[in-house]
Amino acid sequence: MHPIKTVFAVAALGLAATPAMAGATFDAVKAKGFVQCGVNLGLHGFSAPDDRGNWSGLDVDLCRAVAAAMFGDSTKVKYTPLSAQQRLPALQSGEIDVLARNTTWTLSRDSANGLNFAAVNFYDGQGFMVPTKLNVKSAKELDGATICVLPGTTTEQNLADYFRATKMTFKPVVIEKNEELTSAFLAGRCDAISSDGSQLAAIRANETPNPADFMILPERISKEPLSPAVRHGDDQWLDLVKWSLWAMMAAEEKGIGQQNVETFLTSNDPDVKRLLGVTEGNGKALGVDEKWAFTIIKQIGNYGESFDRNVGKGSKLKLERGLNALWTNGGLMYAPPLK
Amino acid sequence: MRNDEQPSATADVEEPSAAVYPPPGEAGPMRLMGWARRRLFNTPTNVALTLLCLWFLWETVPPLLAWALFNAQWTGTPATCREATGACWALVGEKHRLMLFGLYPYDEHWRPLIATLLLLGMLGVSSQRRFWRRGLALAWVAAVAVMAVLMWGGVLGLRPVDTTLWGGLPLTLLLALAGIAVAFPLSIVLALGRRSDLPVVRAVCVGYIELIRGVPLVSVLFMASVMFPLFMPEGVTVDKLLRAQIGIILFTAAYLAEAVRGGLQAIPRGQYEAADAMGLGYWQKTVLIVLPQALRIVIPPMVNQFISTFKDTSLVTIVGLFDLLTSVKASLADPEWRPFFIEAYVFAALIYWCFCFLMSRYSQRLEEDLMAGTRR
Repeated sequence: MHPIKTVFAVAALGLAATPAMAGATFDAVKAKGFVQCGVNLGLHGFSAPDDRGNWSGLDVDLCRAVAAAMFGDSTKVKYTPLSAQQRLPALQSGEIDVLARNTTWTLSRDSANGLNFAAVNFYDGQGFMVPTKLNVKSAKELDGATICVLPGTTTEQNLADYFRATKMTFKPVVIEKNEELTSAFLAGRCDAISSDGSQLAAIRANETPNPADFMILPERISKEPLSPAVRHGDDQWLDLVKWSLWAMMAAEEKGIGQQNVETFLTSNDPDVKRLLGVTEGNGKALGVDEKWAFTIIKQIGNYGESFDRNVGKGSKLKLERGLNALWTNGGLMYAPPLK
Repeated sequence: MRNDEQPSATADVEEPSAAVYPPPGEAGPMRLMGWARRRLFNTPTNVALTLLCLWFLWETVPPLLAWALFNAQWTGTPATCREATGACWALVGEKHRLMLFGLYPYDEHWRPLIATLLLLGMLGVSSQRRFWRRGLALAWVAAVAVMAVLMWGGVLGLRPVDTTLWGGLPLTLLLALAGIAVAFPLSIVLALGRRSDLPVVRAVCVGYIELIRGVPLVSVLFMASVMFPLFMPEGVTVDKLLRAQIGIILFTAAYLAEAVRGGLQAIPRGQYEAADAMGLGYWQKTVLIVLPQALRIVIPPMVNQFISTFKDTSLVTIVGLFDLLTSVKASLADPEWRPFFIEAYVFAALIYWCFCFLMSRYSQRLEEDLMAGTRR
């Protein structure tokens, strides 16, 4: 074919294919052969490139799980690093298929912004960290304190709201960059630092000369349920994302991990048989291979393993499970029955 | 500096007496003493200022050198860096590949490396006026083709690499140089259009320039990257890098156009009239008479804009491209190394400074060369 004609033909094909794809992210993803996943520009433990430029983190594992369920191969993911301003439009415009970028599930995002949140993969909440020598045991004792905080995000707003609600006063020290904020706090420019609990734990574990000199106060002044999101209009795709995550939680509940998943194929537990696809039905319902959950566990591991590796004991962040423990251990992670 | 080289310009300096000037052939230290007495300690105010400056240097330079060089950790782990009192350059050693090449596949880093070296080599050759021949243009075409093949891959057994994975210094250079190279001719067209006698052409050019100059680069990039896809049908995407690149080009062109217009207006009327009198048409007049003189005049503001564009490319972080600065930031996501953020930013600053300084020095040399004909 003449080169110019080819160009027109390809362009026409692209335009003609568009209406079919609209509202059918699932089919589009299947057709192109990979999941386009929106991630953070670099937030350690959630989504960040390592020294070799490979992505890892809790959110990245979610993307890989969806790819494993869809294609039986967790490497079929392409990552789009997104700034905070860009993340919602990127999903709305179809540039990405799923947004896994430590995004808080709120009413307005879920409705007016045209997103559907799948399921919470990390419960976070804003808190305070203080030097132990201040002898402060509760956020209620912070009246009149100088507090280091990042500007512009909801963090600053939550802080002001909390102090107004508790009729206390505080002096904010607002610093634009995370690193500088931390070093200002460590240099003693403020009595306390306020940020998401996971961030505070990371600072305490890695950036303080001696972690025992600092303590994180028990109060949480905001709810930050972080969840992967998809855009309105394709329920089948939403189902796949949400059950990929829940399969990882269900696996942890049953004690099925990356190492021992094969031994469970011969299990007599009907729940395990359904989860691993020995008893068929779940895969067909979701529109993927019956081995979808088996593949996720085999290639990524269960939720607990992913948590430990990325943000928990086996990582540099050393976070406690806390709210992110399974419901059977006093946490909030609860997968509906997979049947 | 200049005053020392050009005796005619030193008329305002006191005529040195024989006592102040050491006899010719005197040893170096004496000359220096004499110079210091004349320039640094000649009045009470100058003595005070000199002492103040010396004190300031004494207070700042040794601690800075101690931090940056003598007490610095050149290799090691975050733990050894924490012990040290100096800078932790081990961070750069550990993370330099992520900083320099961003998300480009690790095993293929040699490709952007060669492409960057080739680009710098071509720039070096092109800066020499004796190579300004037709062959150079052909060499550029070949070099750009080689660089494109290296970066994209997909042929000659090279693994294809998506533009979304391009990053680090090569991306910064690409955005800046392609931005400058395309914006430059565009800006000349805009500047000529703005001075055109045709009302429609003039209105379009004025509208364009004023519209783009009226908004910050961040919003141009944001429109290109975030709003533009919302207007496109779902599933149709234009390469993100291309969108950002076009944004930078459009923005730079508007600013450059105003610099060029300044040059056009500085050409005396007589030059235009002389060209008309010789019977030259519009294009002959513009290309042969006006532009060579106008562009020469506006080298300083143009280079100003080039340097500004080079640094402005760091704004593409807002659209999620991993340019040099974003890559450096990403390398700081690692919480163990994050306390040493100053070293990382100093590293990035040094790279930016090298390029900007070279541009600035080269433009000065070029300006002197081109002005040689008009020096009186």
